[in-house]
Amino acid sequence: MAAIDEVLYPGRARLPGTVNPAVQVRGVTVVYPGGNVGLDNVSLTVERGEFAFLVGATGCGKSTFIRLMIREIDASRGEVLIAGTDVAKLPRKKVPKLRRNIGTVFQDYKLLPNRTVYDNVAYSLQVIGATRASIREKVPEILRLVGLSTKLHDYPDELSGGEQQRVSLARAFVNHPPLLLADEPTGNLDPDTSKGIMQLLYRMNRTGTTVIVATHDADMVDQMRRRVIELSQGRVVRDQRGGQYH
Amino acid sequence: MKLGFFLRESLRALRRNAAPSLAAFATVLITTLVLGVFIPVVRAATAKSNEVRNKIELEVFIAPDATKAEERELGNMIRDLQHVDAVTYVSKDQALRILRQRLGDRSDITNDLPGNPLPASYRIKLDDPSNAGAVKSSLEPPAANGEPRPISPAIDEIKDREDDTQKILSATSTIKLIMAGLAGLLILASVLLVANTIRLSIFARRREVEVMRLVGATNWFIRWPFVIEGLIVGFLGALVAALLLWLAKVTVVDPWSDRFALIAAPQTINFTFLIVLLLIAGTAVSALGSGITLRRFLRV
Repeated sequence: MAAIDEVLYPGRARLPGTVNPAVQVRGVTVVYPGGNVGLDNVSLTVERGEFAFLVGATGCGKSTFIRLMIREIDASRGEVLIAGTDVAKLPRKKVPKLRRNIGTVFQDYKLLPNRTVYDNVAYSLQVIGATRASIREKVPEILRLVGLSTKLHDYPDELSGGEQQRVSLARAFVNHPPLLLADEPTGNLDPDTSKGIMQLLYRMNRTGTTVIVATHDADMVDQMRRRVIELSQGRVVRDQRGGQYH
Repeated sequence: MKLGFFLRESLRALRRNAAPSLAAFATVLITTLVLGVFIPVVRAATAKSNEVRNKIELEVFIAPDATKAEERELGNMIRDLQHVDAVTYVSKDQALRILRQRLGDRSDITNDLPGNPLPASYRIKLDDPSNAGAVKSSLEPPAANGEPRPISPAIDEIKDREDDTQKILSATSTIKLIMAGLAGLLILASVLLVANTIRLSIFARRREVEVMRLVGATNWFIRWPFVIEGLIVGFLGALVAALLLWLAKVTVVDPWSDRFALIAAPQTINFTFLIVLLLIAGTAVSALGSGITLRRFLRV
């Protein structure tokens, strides 16, 4: 998380020995404009380098949680701290910098329709001002990792759901963000590909990236034996290390 | 550099979103064309009305029994008045010569006259034709009984062709007002039309803008390609319109200009200036429109 500290606290030295957790949520409630409650007084902490699953039925608040992290929505009450910074207090101009330091795999992929697979992944590098040489080096590499080497020049509407999901994953991870959020990254994949994706997330976690995966893929959660945070109707009903889906 | 990247981005957008770009291009083309025809017409009409208005002048006829000294004194008094631009003295002989000229072939009828019945006069050119009334009343201010009393015994009669003047003044003012109103409406309509077309083409891509925001692009990083795209579309539209205008000028207007006073009016706007103006306006409106419209979709 050193990089994000540099962005959020430029030039400010940290006290030795104090490391802010990757994600800290304190008493957060999200009420949507229609009156639906997305999250209801949720408090939890995810330490740096952790791998956590968010599980629960659809509509339990998993996606709300992820959208909150990247400040796509604001909390109605409570605080969301990313690496110790309250995202609600982040000036509008710094929001892009926050998002560059969080790789997000969206449930609906959110690919750019007018760009090829290659250009979609390249975009998140272009956004941070990467050189063309480094783009040419990193993009094919990450696409090979997610198994899309043969589809570099296809457009999103020419891909299957699973392939689009993998492009989204490649885009989220191509600039090695300190925090990776994945919203149902295996939702549309067959068991074998799901396994591949999970291994990829695991590998990313081993390089020091904090990974939070929202899923209702029970098999996956049971196999990985990681921390499991279960949400139900916007509340945390279970938070267990080395847990299982049920 | 980044400029190259932004340029490639806008070209990609133009290629991949051909339909909305084409609509914006056509809108700029048509509005520029209409403005390009209308602006010279407005200019010519205004110039013509000004020309007519400038013909309005006052004539002060000199009493036949006035002495030379009184005449000269009156001339100086007129010159000292406000709103007087120039004063010309027309002697009896000059007046007769002008009459003969006007009569043309029939000028010999003046030979039957017993001497020269025409009075000498001062012709007054005004700084602004609408001041005719003011100058007239300062030459013969109303006395206590309300009757006008001339300021000099040399004044016999003051003629301002009041009816004509009033008619010309009100007619030309109305023409100018209508033309200004039409021009204003047309420019407003053009700007709104171009802005709306751009809005639609950006609206069609609002999801794309949202995604760019969510992967951490700054507002200007997203906006530049749109602005450059607007710049290209606006410039091309205005350029094609300019070419068409030039074609129309060379093939239609120039050969016919001898026959139509309006087209030949000397104060019609300079063609090169007009083209440059339209090119700049078309490009600027289109580029600014893109940049400003985008703001709404950048608040994610």
